Amino acid sequence: FSSSGYRINSDGKPAKFQPPPKPVIIDKQKQREERRFLSPEFIPPRGRTDPLKFYIERKDMIQRRKVFNIPEFYVGSVLAVTTADPYANEKSNRFVGICIQRGGKGLGATFVLRNVIEDQGVEICYELYNPRIQAIEVLKLEKRLDDNLMYLRDALPEYSTFDMNMKPVSRLDSEEIPVNKLQVRMKPKPWSKRWERPKYNIKGIKFELPEKKMKEAQKWSQPWLEFDMLREYDTSKIEEKIWKEVSEALQK
Amino acid sequence: SITGACRAIQKLTRVRVVDNSALGNTPYHRPPKCIHVYNKTGVGKVGDTILLAIKGEKKKALIVGHKMPGPTMTPRFDSNNVVLIEDNGNPIGTRIKTPIPYILRRREGEFSKVLAIACNFV
Repeated sequence: FSSSGYRINSDGKPAKFQPPPKPVIIDKQKQREERRFLSPEFIPPRGRTDPLKFYIERKDMIQRRKVFNIPEFYVGSVLAVTTADPYANEKSNRFVGICIQRGGKGLGATFVLRNVIEDQGVEICYELYNPRIQAIEVLKLEKRLDDNLMYLRDALPEYSTFDMNMKPVSRLDSEEIPVNKLQVRMKPKPWSKRWERPKYNIKGIKFELPEKKMKEAQKWSQPWLEFDMLREYDTSKIEEKIWKEVSEALQK
Repeated sequence: SITGACRAIQKLTRVRVVDNSALGNTPYHRPPKCIHVYNKTGVGKVGDTILLAIKGEKKKALIVGHKMPGPTMTPRFDSNNVVLIEDNGNPIGTRIKTPIPYILRRREGEFSKVLAIACNFV
């Protein structure tokens, strides 16, 4: 039995069955795959160690990631970390802060969170793969102009204060991660490091120093460094291999 | 010019008194300085007692945070914080507003009164 026999053409004859148009499926997974994020601690440092060591470490890191979700975050994003602490009430301790630095490779990868509580600046260095960490939430995912925000220690405290009960900022799963082009104002000198010097290559500070000082700082510039071929470390191919390995292992 | 703030606490480091005692908060023309650390090494970390010279008097104090990075997962403060204490371990102030690390809870026996007056923990 089919109802197609009842369809009549404009001529008066029975029309041929025309299937409905196929629905267009937008595969969001494919869109997400085009934007890959490989956590920087997977990339092995340059050296003469046996790649077997890094392979074994990566297996352990993937094993931990299967059990515990480590979200994608960058230097400059605001995170909330809950750790298990035998000396805290209810045995767990929550700290909210901006990530100022990500260091270490392999299982010893660390990230430093900074916050200002009651006019006192506090920084805690957490290990990503430490079993004491119970949860990592990304409250605000964004990038900043620099890779290392250590200058926030010498900046005005308003740039490092974040509310402990901050709500996570919702964002769509769209492609780009926003880059916060904030230029930070500093406390008067002396600073812990001479951030105006070209060695630190900081773009996120609004230097209010006189022109003379900025010119004097350029005396320490080393313009030949970027052309030094012995310092080159091209990670694109290594990253491709490791990305394939890690994404396959995590999908299993 | 002055030397930058010392990272861990040893003799002659200037410290910041963090409780609300009169001795710690009244202004004086000289900052409170450490004159002795009650430790085998002369370097004081969180939880060590030190002797402080404040307003021309000697007072004992407990270190609650320093600028030196310690073990991972412990907080590092932007100033060397200290709480004034009597010889028997009783704190002089009545409240501590600045955050105190949870590590101090390990020695709950000696520092129970200091931990009782602390408001924030990190």
